[in-house]
Amino acid sequence: MMLQIQDLHVSIGGNEILRGVNLDVDAGEVHAIMGPNGSGKSTLANVLAGRDGYEPTGAVTFQGEDLLVMSPEQRASAGVFLALQHPTEIPGVGNLYFLRTALNSLRRSRGLDELGVSEFLALAEERMKLVEMDRSFMSRSVNEGFSGGEKKRNETLQMAILEPTLAILDETDSGLDIDALRVVAGGINAQRRADRAMIVITHHQRLLDYIVPDRIHVMVGGRIVRSGDKSLALELEAHGYGDGAAEPVLAAKP
Amino acid sequence: MSVSADIKEFAGQEYRYGFSTEIDTDTVPKGLSEDVVRLISAKKGEPDWLTEWRLQAYRHWVTLEEPQWQNVQYGPIDYQDIVYYAAPKAKPKLASLDEVDPELRAMFDKLGISLAEQERLSGVAVDAIVDSVSVATTFKKRLAEVGVIFCSFSEAVKDHPDLVRRYLGTVVPYRDNFFATLNSAVFTDGSFCFIPKGVHCPMELSTYFRINTAGTGQFERTLIVAEEGADVSYLEGCTAPMRDENQLHAAVVELVALEGARIKYSTVQNWYPGDAEGRGGIYNFVTKRGKCAGANSKISWTQVETGSSVTWKYPGVILQGDNSVGEFYSVALTANRQQADTGTKMIHIGKNTSSTIVSKAISVGHGQNTYRGLVKTLRSAEGARNHTQCDSLLIGASSGAHTFPYIEVKHPSAKVEHEASTSKVSEDQLFYCRQRGISEEDAVAMIVNGFCREVFKELPMEFAVEAQRLLNVSLEGSVG
Ligand SMILES: Nc1ncnc2c1ncn2[C@@H]1O[C@H](COP(=O)(O)OP(=O)(O)OP(=O)(O)O)[C@@H](O)[C@H]1O
Ligand SMILES: [Mg+2]
Repeated sequence: MMLQIQDLHVSIGGNEILRGVNLDVDAGEVHAIMGPNGSGKSTLANVLAGRDGYEPTGAVTFQGEDLLVMSPEQRASAGVFLALQHPTEIPGVGNLYFLRTALNSLRRSRGLDELGVSEFLALAEERMKLVEMDRSFMSRSVNEGFSGGEKKRNETLQMAILEPTLAILDETDSGLDIDALRVVAGGINAQRRADRAMIVITHHQRLLDYIVPDRIHVMVGGRIVRSGDKSLALELEAHGYGDGAAEPVLAAKP
Repeated sequence: MSVSADIKEFAGQEYRYGFSTEIDTDTVPKGLSEDVVRLISAKKGEPDWLTEWRLQAYRHWVTLEEPQWQNVQYGPIDYQDIVYYAAPKAKPKLASLDEVDPELRAMFDKLGISLAEQERLSGVAVDAIVDSVSVATTFKKRLAEVGVIFCSFSEAVKDHPDLVRRYLGTVVPYRDNFFATLNSAVFTDGSFCFIPKGVHCPMELSTYFRINTAGTGQFERTLIVAEEGADVSYLEGCTAPMRDENQLHAAVVELVALEGARIKYSTVQNWYPGDAEGRGGIYNFVTKRGKCAGANSKISWTQVETGSSVTWKYPGVILQGDNSVGEFYSVALTANRQQADTGTKMIHIGKNTSSTIVSKAISVGHGQNTYRGLVKTLRSAEGARNHTQCDSLLIGASSGAHTFPYIEVKHPSAKVEHEASTSKVSEDQLFYCRQRGISEEDAVAMIVNGFCREVFKELPMEFAVEAQRLLNVSLEGSVG
């Protein structure tokens, strides 16, 4: 098992947000997590990536290692990647420079040689094509002044360059127009591999037409209340999350 | 763990230039008096008019009180406990660079500054000043071929007395302020540059200042004159040994740009900042000013201030010529107990003059950073324009940033804009970088460098690299 989450509870400032999450993800699999606003999907993603400010209990193992004791950069080095729901802007830091620094930090931590500028540029050019991202974005500051959709595309590019083992995509489809959705989903699909797993958080059944998941989970009130195969998405689309919800919830707005 | 809790007291900084060198030194007795002023002037074999000028300054200085309005705190300075002249003993006149004291050469090698002529490749002419005296100027010959004079101030007084006399004190008069007046009385050396009409200076000129002897003050005086249509880029770098006591550095820099001339003056100031508790370090009280005397001239100041325990300086531009342009780009980083009160003065006199101010202040640990800027447009300054942008970045809960913009507009057509922001290195940004595999320390350095980018891009290439490196060293240990 690549990722094993057992009875994960997470509080923020004494407030319990995740209330016993169990999830197993195997290499090569794509899992989708759906669920109403505020149900804890991003919290789960952030805790897996090691963000500060959460108090997790329970067990999370990633490739046999205890994930919860690792720093964010150690997790990144181990192969965990999180595409953020709200990607951060870093003024004055060039996009390409940021990517190269990230890639070389990861390579160093894994005992690999750093990529030189020209090697890196060749790689970046190739991956930019994959997500149809214009070169002009590369000299701009990281996400600064990017539109919502452009930020999401940039997250996908980062994933394509950093080549994670486990990619967690938190609403990477939100804010994308119809064409962009097809391109980004295509880019993500192209990165499906037998030794790579993905957790895709989304509100839209539409995305799952492109990236067909092995499993779909429904999170409500900090728990996974239902799991099923891809047909579950259609059912949710038709009937909402009300079915099987542990408590009254907001309806998801697609 | 929050960002602020996570950021440890800034303590781990290593000051690379903290060594001192045993050099046989010629000093005058401690303290200041008319006799000391005369002695300094005599030691330098100066003409009477200059001795007289110094004495006027001295007599004025004794009537002045040390200013107290700056937003910095430091113990009282005992002006009678300072040595006002310290010169490495060397042969009076060096026939070639090979004659430079080997100890001195070794010291500059250690600082990464080669005085050797093979430095030609780097294309930078260097004037090296130790304590009070210029010890070597490189590339003189090649510069002379195009008529550029680049030498120590003392040599200029001997070899080009008329030029010195014509321009000395025309931008910063000896009565200007307490420290400038003190400097006028006791200044010992500095650099002199003269770029004649129409000449584009073929290389960057650079002065390297070093305080070596304990208990000395450094009072250098730099004068740069660019005649009509001339063009020059000048770099200034500074370091000092680590010592427990504070050392005073009160320099004066005057720039004169005649019609259509351009002067670009870049500083990377890395004087010893004192230790984590605030012991020792340099008091950097400097008066720098340029005068755009002719129409269509331009003076641009770029400074990166990472050193000194207390910094107090306002490089300014007097925009006298019509259509003249003044620029000020500044990065000031204060860590530990460092304090900086810095900014600029833009005085608009001519028509359609314009000025740009970009100030980036970074405060780490207990560092305190004050921006103080004056933009003044006189009644004559029809169509004057200024744009000021002041950004502060705080790292850690105990650091501080303060902004004091002063704006005086006398002509109704003047346009003055001021933008200010204060931000922190955000938790979101740090997490984002770390999630991508970048260590927290590298992430902070990256974010801070990004914050400074607008200023760094104004620096000549090698200087920009040096500035980034210095910034990274200063940030080391600021996160844990
Ligand atoms: N830092 C925080 N402080 C307090 N409450 C928080 C914090 N972060 C998240 N929460 C709360 O935790 C709950 C879960 O938030 P989370 O972002 O995980 O939801 P989500 O399922 O991703 O929702 P959405 O679909 O809207 O993105 C919400 O009620 C949210 O307000
Ligand atoms: Mg969310």
